[in-house]
Amino acid sequence: MRSMQVVRIIPLGAHPRDVSFQSLIMGLEQVLPLQCRVEAIPMDIDAALDSSRKQYHSTELLANLVSLPERGEQRVLGITPYDLFIPVLTFVFGQAQLNNRAALFSTFRLHNEFYGMPHAAETLQSRCLKEALHELGHTFGLRHCLELPCVMNSSTYVEDIDLKPADFCLPCREHLQDVC
Amino acid sequence: MSAFDPSEITIMVVDDELSVRQSLEAWFQDDGYSMLTAENAAEALKRMQEQHIDIILLDIKMPGMDGLALQDRIREFNQDVIIIIITAFATVDTAVRALKAGAFDYTTKPVDPDELSILVRNAVDRIRLQRENTALRESIDHLQFVDDIVGDSPQMQKVFELVKTVAPTDSTVLVLGESGTGKELIARAIHMNSTRKYFPIIPVNCGAIPETLMESELFGHEKGAFTGAQYRRKGKLEMARGGTLFLDEIGTLGLKSQVDLLRVLEDREFHRVGGERMVKADFRLICATNLNLEDEVKAGNFREDLFYRINVFTISLPPLRERQTDIPQLARHFLEKHCRTMNRTVNDIAPEAMDILKAYDWPGNVRELVNAIERAVVINKSGTITPDDLPMQMASRPASSSEDVTLADVERRHIERMLANFDWNISRTAEQLHIDRVTLYNKIEKYGLKRP
Repeated sequence: MRSMQVVRIIPLGAHPRDVSFQSLIMGLEQVLPLQCRVEAIPMDIDAALDSSRKQYHSTELLANLVSLPERGEQRVLGITPYDLFIPVLTFVFGQAQLNNRAALFSTFRLHNEFYGMPHAAETLQSRCLKEALHELGHTFGLRHCLELPCVMNSSTYVEDIDLKPADFCLPCREHLQDVC
Repeated sequence: MSAFDPSEITIMVVDDELSVRQSLEAWFQDDGYSMLTAENAAEALKRMQEQHIDIILLDIKMPGMDGLALQDRIREFNQDVIIIIITAFATVDTAVRALKAGAFDYTTKPVDPDELSILVRNAVDRIRLQRENTALRESIDHLQFVDDIVGDSPQMQKVFELVKTVAPTDSTVLVLGESGTGKELIARAIHMNSTRKYFPIIPVNCGAIPETLMESELFGHEKGAFTGAQYRRKGKLEMARGGTLFLDEIGTLGLKSQVDLLRVLEDREFHRVGGERMVKADFRLICATNLNLEDEVKAGNFREDLFYRINVFTISLPPLRERQTDIPQLARHFLEKHCRTMNRTVNDIAPEAMDILKAYDWPGNVRELVNAIERAVVINKSGTITPDDLPMQMASRPASSSEDVTLADVERRHIERMLANFDWNISRTAEQLHIDRVTLYNKIEKYGLKRP
């Protein structure tokens, strides 16, 4: 890998409940040559709220991140506790700009409690790391990977996220080595 | 089948809402599909004229022509495209109408991400089956052509042996022979007897494509790669994926294209013109030429490194004049074939007509023979082909060349040809010539003939 990529992590709305950013950063920096820092910038995200759906429009939140002035970082990763959607779908876990700067994901459906199960701190943390790697992967030009043991494999259920590792398969890793 | 490449599937989203078009486009782009959007029926139809589309995600309620009417219009000219209806105003009535009119599936907005993925995956599975089916049908068509390789002569028996030996090996093959000797048939025979037979054989006539177009012809191009590249197009290398690429008249390939081809053969990957993503090359290469490539290398017209790359296993096809014993069999084979395709009844070839066919020197080789028989079948009225049914020049043109001036010239050339016909089997050649073996030996010595 060529150089250390700086990632600015920005909480959107409120700090996601029971999620440790410190642990997330450690996880990200272990897998990718990243230097991550958290910046709590006050952002007004109300315009992205669809009150009838009680969900936030993911693409509009992504646009908010894109409009942030750069501060020496190559990537910006938003994390929100609110449920996300794009117009045609019931929900999305996250969204990213392909081969570009911004990505975000929601912890709303990563909590076990959402599925009526008891809280599991480690599981939540692991799902956050995988979602962060997955969405950042898109910003580095990776598309969904057909390999099951790859974090870029597409997840439409939370179980899919649990099944895949917090790492990239060899071809995806080779791609990252070329672009990072 | 080779690994599934989503970029080979083109999905078009037809919806009047910009946000729906954008979100579906982005969603499926992440999966690697090639995406297009249209905001109304007219635009959708225009896009379909411009390029091939595999799947349409279609909204029902649109201003102007609605989704169901658009589906009906599309079905008038395209039965293959898969249409999935996605609508915000679902009713049982419209769902039934859509499915009856040939929609693949029907769902309501907002769609569960998993449901949408499954819908598209099912559609993709069907496309893959359709493509496999087409490839198999093409293979069967090609198999019929392979029947046209006919011949009991020792030269052809040797060719068949070589085809049988090399076919299952995946090795690059160079087929040499004069124009019309059936080089493409041999390439197809190799393909049909190889492990790649269920995938296509893609022929490229290097001599027929201008050098300026060769790059995009071979490698394909991305939309906007150059002026006139209005949409993405697959090249022959990609079309041959899993199968065989047959480069006919390779000797005429321009020097730039030679470099490009050499690079693919070495790296086993390439990218489309104007594209960045590397595409894996997975094909067997068979080349053919009627030129002497070694001479072309010496003259600087053909790269030496490419020559060594393609000159791995060579099959030389004899010209028809050197295997005259095959002519009766070939003539009857093509007679039967043309009668079948033209629905005519011509049962036989009269001995005098056959003598003319055997005596002719066939500068256009088997292709010329095929055409002569086809013509004869067309004009014949009696049911038996006579000399009158054959082209005039055959009867008037002797089997000798213009170099043959003296009787000795003719004798030398005839003995040489007969020896070649029987693979230098002295007894059989002498028998055919109605002379004894000693006389034949004497003549071989007299004319200084040597076994090649």
